[in-house]
Amino acid sequence: MKAATLARLQEERAAQRPVVLLTRLTDGAEHLWPLDAVSDALAEAARAALGSEKAGTLTIGGEPWFVHPHNPPLRIIVVGAVHIAQAMAPMAAPLGFQMIVVDPRRAFATEERLPGVTLNTDWPDDAMAVLKPDGRTAVVTLTHDPKLDDPALDAALRSDAFYIGALGSRRTHAKRVARLTELGHGTEALARIHAPVGLDIEAVTAPEIALSVMAEIVAARRGAALGEPRPLPAPAEPRVSIGVGA
Amino acid sequence: MTTDLTNSEDILATAAAWRAAGEQVAIATVVETWGSSPRPPGSRLAVTASGKLMGSVSGGCIEGAVADAAKQAMASGSPQLLDFGVSDERAWEVGLSCGGKVKVFVEPLT
Repeated sequence: MKAATLARLQEERAAQRPVVLLTRLTDGAEHLWPLDAVSDALAEAARAALGSEKAGTLTIGGEPWFVHPHNPPLRIIVVGAVHIAQAMAPMAAPLGFQMIVVDPRRAFATEERLPGVTLNTDWPDDAMAVLKPDGRTAVVTLTHDPKLDDPALDAALRSDAFYIGALGSRRTHAKRVARLTELGHGTEALARIHAPVGLDIEAVTAPEIALSVMAEIVAARRGAALGEPRPLPAPAEPRVSIGVGA
Repeated sequence: MTTDLTNSEDILATAAAWRAAGEQVAIATVVETWGSSPRPPGSRLAVTASGKLMGSVSGGCIEGAVADAAKQAMASGSPQLLDFGVSDERAWEVGLSCGGKVKVFVEPLT
């Protein structure tokens, strides 16, 4: 590899722009797509590799080319700079995610509590408008506060986010579903929400819940069956009240 | 099996830093795998003529042979395409036999 190619590749990666390194295995000739002019066949292979995120050797124009996509990191947008978010933070980077924590409560969203995490102290609807979740983004709400969680879920449901998770019990989620339905989301859209959030590993502590959420995000990303959202909870049954009061 | 920044070790950055420090550097990349080879295509190993290693192209079974080839590539200035059956004798010598096969492209950083 030429040092100049390496430098250009690193520049694209640092700027979080998708780039593909194409190397001819017979002699080491190399191109960066889309920066360099390449044949249509090479460009097509490069585009496909970015989509599949798979590197591999292909025969193109009768020659073996190694097609090596470098996508920007996946993102996890977490709403709520809470204890679970703190436990998720050190897991995110090694698993290949850039983690962004949104919380307008400045006492929570501090560098001290979340070292190395990108913090956003805007209201979730403003934050989501800027962060623009896409097909390489997971969105997780953790505040338990509908004022903060709902606008983020609303925006996530209108995006291509590959994973949407919301902390809260089945009862809490049933109420949440009712509120989001009023915002115009249909049953199919709402079924995208993983709730209760995380794989069912009987997690109790914040690090255990963080692990279950991260595992579920990885499962969704890898297309594992475990990463599919579970069915929506049944409507809350009327509670029988005993004694005084409604 | 992706090869974006999710492979959080940035071997390219290490290779660039070594070169900037005046080292002779080669980069080995897994370009094709069959069977249960431990590292997916795109996995990288950076090697210096002085013997430094960073990254990996297998679970450890072929790194030594790849480092030798890297030194040759640095000396000759030409890339090499190496073909390993991971269950071959060389692999047995270091105690690993996952049964996979792997092709590794080794090139000097010029």
